[in-house]
Amino acid sequence: MIKLFSLKQQKKDEEGSARAGGSQKKASAAQLRITKDLNELNLPKTCNTEFPDPDDLLNFKLIICPDEGFYRGGRFIFSFKVGPNYPHEPPKVKCETAVYHPNIDLEGNVCLNILREDWKPVLTVNSIVYGLQYLFLEPNPEDPLNKEAADELQSNRRLFEQHVQRAMRGGYVGSSYFERCLK
Amino acid sequence: MASGENQSSSDNQQRRWHHIRKLLERSGPFCHPDFEPSPEILDFIMDSCKVLIVGAGGLGCELLKDLALMGFKKLHVVDMDTIELSNLNRQFLFRKNDIGLSKAKCAVEFVNRRVPGCEAVAHHCPIQDLDEGFYRQFHIVVCGLDSIVARRWLNGMLMSLLQYNDDRSLDQSSVIPLVDGGTEGFKGNARVILPGMSACIECTLDLYPPQKTFPLCTIANTPRLPEHCIEYVKVIQWAKENPWGNNTALDGDDPQHVAWVFEKAQDRAVKHGISNVTYRLTQGVLKNIIPAVASTNAAIAACCATEVFKLASSCCTNMNNYMVMNMADGVYTYTFNAEKRPDCVACSNSTRIVEIEPDATLQMIYDKLCEDPAFMMKSPGITTVINGRNKTLYMSSIKSIEERTRDNLKKKITDLGLYNGADILVADVTTPNTVTIKLKFLENQDVEMAR
Repeated sequence: MIKLFSLKQQKKDEEGSARAGGSQKKASAAQLRITKDLNELNLPKTCNTEFPDPDDLLNFKLIICPDEGFYRGGRFIFSFKVGPNYPHEPPKVKCETAVYHPNIDLEGNVCLNILREDWKPVLTVNSIVYGLQYLFLEPNPEDPLNKEAADELQSNRRLFEQHVQRAMRGGYVGSSYFERCLK
Repeated sequence: MASGENQSSSDNQQRRWHHIRKLLERSGPFCHPDFEPSPEILDFIMDSCKVLIVGAGGLGCELLKDLALMGFKKLHVVDMDTIELSNLNRQFLFRKNDIGLSKAKCAVEFVNRRVPGCEAVAHHCPIQDLDEGFYRQFHIVVCGLDSIVARRWLNGMLMSLLQYNDDRSLDQSSVIPLVDGGTEGFKGNARVILPGMSACIECTLDLYPPQKTFPLCTIANTPRLPEHCIEYVKVIQWAKENPWGNNTALDGDDPQHVAWVFEKAQDRAVKHGISNVTYRLTQGVLKNIIPAVASTNAAIAACCATEVFKLASSCCTNMNNYMVMNMADGVYTYTFNAEKRPDCVACSNSTRIVEIEPDATLQMIYDKLCEDPAFMMKSPGITTVINGRNKTLYMSSIKSIEERTRDNLKKKITDLGLYNGADILVADVTTPNTVTIKLKFLENQDVEMAR
């Protein structure tokens, strides 16, 4: 412990105005952390990022092109929005490509545990990238967001595979239309 | 106070400070080692010591009242909120007529009226609207906030006011202690932060419980709780149906929005055989409301005010440094020493300096960061803040950014908006965090002479 102010230290008033001008605004803790995350981003070869504004590291897109599994050959775009409370709160991630997937609904909501209930501040953007990639390799019908797709994957793998292909080529699965997203 | 009462009011003043004088004008076994009893300490508290109270809600009202009654006069209060009906049970400086008015202003007016000599000043704005010059004027900051973002911002602000000597040791006169209180139902905590010296908000960020969330697949397919139904409408149905058009964001303070969510959540609850979706619960889930308990606020604010008093007077050593209190079943408190993280993003950042020619290029800084034995970085990503905006100067790890910032390497740093004393932010695998590095221009007298 120190004695922080002696009674003599009553200079606060003058000081307040004197040194105020011309100082540089500091970057937020969220900004410092995302800079670190991105500088160390180690993407698998199936993934790529796009920054619409290179000065804005808080908003970017991740493009995943799986090279195996049901979704091989597709190209899926995810938007990342990193809020001021990062890393206390996870980034908001949405899938911008319409996809027939048990864990992604037609509005682009993604059911990945580390994006919600299992997020921890030690996790990084890299963890999310790997999590998303894993969703394409191993769709999980146990925790469905698109229930139709999940039921199908469980009951008729063949049919599910055909529907995924049809969706990626562009077309209807059931009553939902999917834009073509093949590379 | 009428002028004829001067004599009696000063008597009253004498009696009013009777107990506080006992603390400040006598020594004792619990005093701070540097404490020197003196009547001047009370003068300091009353006439000089400037304290900022952040938040004029449940804790803020208590803090303002406590500190004013302790003798602090130079109080400032910041709060961006206005008074709502539901505040009145515990935010006792407000009356029904005040609904809709600024919390900071009403609280300050009440206390200035009620406590003779108090000169509190109100600021009805977000904390982010006030600048460094404003925060620097205070001796102590005490906060009763309900948001982690605001705490982190305030923490960052106080860290940025720290000054370091040339040998990178902390200049202690630049330290503005932060006393932070928080409550949630019957639980609360109070802590003392000496920026740059003890654990800060960012050091202990993992102590905050994560926001309660439900797995998306549960709320989408197998809802069991009324909260699941409300979350579903909030997270999925709102975006899907876009009821107000133009992708209007859901506003938990807009009664029409809440009513819409409530109605849809009820439909969903009926469909899944769930009961107890109420308007109040809907509001609670949307705004993340935790019931506030007046006595918890009073106890925590009293702890915080006591710590402020100790800091201002040194009449007693401060708590070390984090107290938790639980009144759910009896009263339990425990105080522990939260440790400063050596790699904390906010407070371990005693700025490093890189000396560079004024006409250097960014490439020269980059090379220096990689080759200088003081840094030895591998692939530094360099950003800065110019006029309050973030700017990426160079980052090699991300292809699309590398391509668009590559040209910066050839540019002179002064053409990139950097100047003598500017901070650059550098991220690299060799450091646990992004580090702040200050540019120091070498005086180049030859150049000056040649002109």
